Amino acid sequence: MSPMTIPQQIITIAICVLGTMLTRFLPFLIFSSKKPTPKYIVYLGKALPCAVFGMLVVYCLKNVSILSGTHGLPELLAISVTAGLHLWKKNMLLSIAGGTIVYMLLVQLVF
Amino acid sequence: MKTKALKAAFPYTIPIFAGFWFLALAYGILMNVNGFSFIYPMLMSLLIYGGSLEFIVVTMLMSPFAPLSALAVTLLVQSRHLFYGIAMLDRFRGMGWKKFYLIFGMCDETFSINYSADIPEGVDRGWFMFFVTLLNQLYWVSGATIGGLIGSFLKFNTKGLDFVMTAMFVTIFMNQWMKEKKKYTGLIGIGATAACLVLFGAKSFMVPAMVTILILLTIFRKPIEQSYQEAEIQ
Repeated sequence: MSPMTIPQQIITIAICVLGTMLTRFLPFLIFSSKKPTPKYIVYLGKALPCAVFGMLVVYCLKNVSILSGTHGLPELLAISVTAGLHLWKKNMLLSIAGGTIVYMLLVQLVF
Repeated sequence: MKTKALKAAFPYTIPIFAGFWFLALAYGILMNVNGFSFIYPMLMSLLIYGGSLEFIVVTMLMSPFAPLSALAVTLLVQSRHLFYGIAMLDRFRGMGWKKFYLIFGMCDETFSINYSADIPEGVDRGWFMFFVTLLNQLYWVSGATIGGLIGSFLKFNTKGLDFVMTAMFVTIFMNQWMKEKKKYTGLIGIGATAACLVLFGAKSFMVPAMVTILILLTIFRKPIEQSYQEAEIQ
């Protein structure tokens, strides 16, 4: 059971909603479409995405331990399959499905 | 116009359906097991709509009332949205009323698709992005609600299905990587994040990683901008 009262729960959830919306809306509030966006921000808008996608890949793997357990082998193999399929066929759905099926087989049957 | 955009958007959201349903069911089950009515996961997935934070909120709700720390954790966990907003400033321009919902629903996965998808010619960009956002949120909210309702009765071996998200980010990263002529930014993203993960550990590496990425992109602004200009000339 939650140790909070219902109003306390509502306040906590509301804070999480407002905080999240602040992070999503802030850039659009600061840089309105009426004034030209500063050059540095335009540059960041171009340069950030590829860095962010790299960041998200690492973020997904944050709980993989190289030193213990399966040593990250299922992840390494499944990412290789995903990347290999993607280089070969360039079909996102196929690469994602292939990599995920290989990963599920590996963690359920092999490791 | 709307049907065409919906047809173009749907295939992009299929992997998200698999990943979101799995994660959202797990989240609904977790709330259910902790004694919350399905109303909680339903409203939280609808209003917060950010996977990792919603899992953290379960822990928050099971702890004593601490509004300030709730705010701090929210801002830290969600700060990566600032990056997405900056990248989307131009693309959301002139979207009218849809812009509000596009920003509201901009989670990691939706941003990744809306930023990277090659929207076919003749398909309205605004409606395409609108449907990607809407479909993804429908998957997430329905999964969380069903998990909260019947979660504890579900039993099937889905171990490893969560890898679908990793695989999706790998393919999106590769698409972007192949578009960039010089690989500076991709290397910075992977390198800085991996280094911070090793240094700070899995619980607190994201903020240092984002700061490091910003610093490196600022230091290497000249060569990176030059590579963009070269790409434009060709």
